[in-house]
Amino acid sequence: MNETIRELLGRVGGLPVPVADIADEADLYAAGLSSFASVQVMLAIEEAFDIEFPDNLLNRKSFASIKAIEETVAQIIKSREAA
Amino acid sequence: MTLAALATDNTLATRAQRVAAIAAEFADRVDAEGRFPKEAVDAMKAERLLAIQVPSAHGGESASPLEIAEVCSIIGQACASSAMIFAMHHIKLSSLVEHGEESQWHLGFMQEVAGRQLLLGSATTEGGIGGNLRNSICAVEIDGGICRLQKDATVISYGAQADAILITSRANADAAPSDQVMTVFRKGQYTLERTHVWDTLGMRGTCSDGFLFKGEAPAEQVFPKPFAEIAAQSMLAASHLLWSGVWFGIAADAVSRAQAFVRAAARKSAGQVPPGALHLAEASNLLQLVKSNLLSGIRIYEDAKADGEKLSSMSFAIAMNNIKIASSQTILDIINKAMLICGIMGYKNGTPYSLGRHLRDAHSAQLMISNDRILANSSTMLLVQKPDFSLLG
Repeated sequence: MNETIRELLGRVGGLPVPVADIADEADLYAAGLSSFASVQVMLAIEEAFDIEFPDNLLNRKSFASIKAIEETVAQIIKSREAA
Repeated sequence: MTLAALATDNTLATRAQRVAAIAAEFADRVDAEGRFPKEAVDAMKAERLLAIQVPSAHGGESASPLEIAEVCSIIGQACASSAMIFAMHHIKLSSLVEHGEESQWHLGFMQEVAGRQLLLGSATTEGGIGGNLRNSICAVEIDGGICRLQKDATVISYGAQADAILITSRANADAAPSDQVMTVFRKGQYTLERTHVWDTLGMRGTCSDGFLFKGEAPAEQVFPKPFAEIAAQSMLAASHLLWSGVWFGIAADAVSRAQAFVRAAARKSAGQVPPGALHLAEASNLLQLVKSNLLSGIRIYEDAKADGEKLSSMSFAIAMNNIKIASSQTILDIINKAMLICGIMGYKNGTPYSLGRHLRDAHSAQLMISNDRILANSSTMLLVQKPDFSLLG
């Protein structure tokens, strides 16, 4: 999952630095992720993992770092499996 | 109520009305001369309105967003420039109130704002960023406990009159444009060199000149929280709601003038109303929409404040954007209808029904953060946001 997220970030995140240089815990907004690009990343992730972000997870925190995105996606997949 | 009783009545609304009476007296002169409404702002300080938002424990009155919006509206009915200055000050103060308690310096400064009724200015606009306040070119430089900042601020409302300026910049020389911080500089810690003169269609008293800002202060005056969070959690909502309070006030006064015009005409001609009278019902309808919209926005904000996650959610940002779009557009329709009702007496300056200043001031609403930019921002979020059509929440 980490690799897919990194690939999508690199493709649609519009970051000024290579994704490979960004640590899992690093703040993506500080790295230059704009709010517009973060929406593009969300859309790409929804498509890639065939999920939909519920409204309560559509906030800055869920997309603050690669690790946060992974946790958010994992949480959605887990709650879908439970349902 | 007798005059003597009014003088000792210290409810918030009465204090605001006393300020509004002074603001109204000078409104036309402030507008014509494009000068700072010193009398009204002095009155706000005398009535201690500049710190009502500060928690009581820190010297303020813990006023709610609704109460502050009401003061914006009351003063807005008298002088839009004065009301906008009051609103912008409280928008900056909301950053201190919501985020300042985490730092000793900011907490102390907030107490001083309350004690000395300091007027806070804002410098978020910068030459070259194309109006997007969430980007900065300039960077704060921190060196040995001192922070230094130079900014080509194309607009600092009442910059020359403010007692302190809250200014955004990149967090350091290597930071991305969106990696911003906000810093408080007190008067005396900065110089302002005027680069643009605020000679505008309306809101002329806000004296929003452009300046080259150069500041130097202890580094602890930088807010510890990233500006992105401050913007999302307090500035966005406070701006759209308090501005809407001012705008509602402008439109309410226009409707009140139109109603007085129709009533006077009907009295003169034994119940015959002037041809534009139907528009009064339409204007009253639209004014009620603006009011309902603002009240629902304030409720959404108060609910979200109780649940920090909601404050940074997309549905909250979209709701606040919608409040701003709706009130800024609708007030123009309302004032236009009032103008149709009052006719030449509304078009002319210096009559009891004059609406020129209202119309000119109201035209700023769609532009201060351009509605096009806000719509683009909302439409981006709507790509992923999931709708909630429940009437309950």
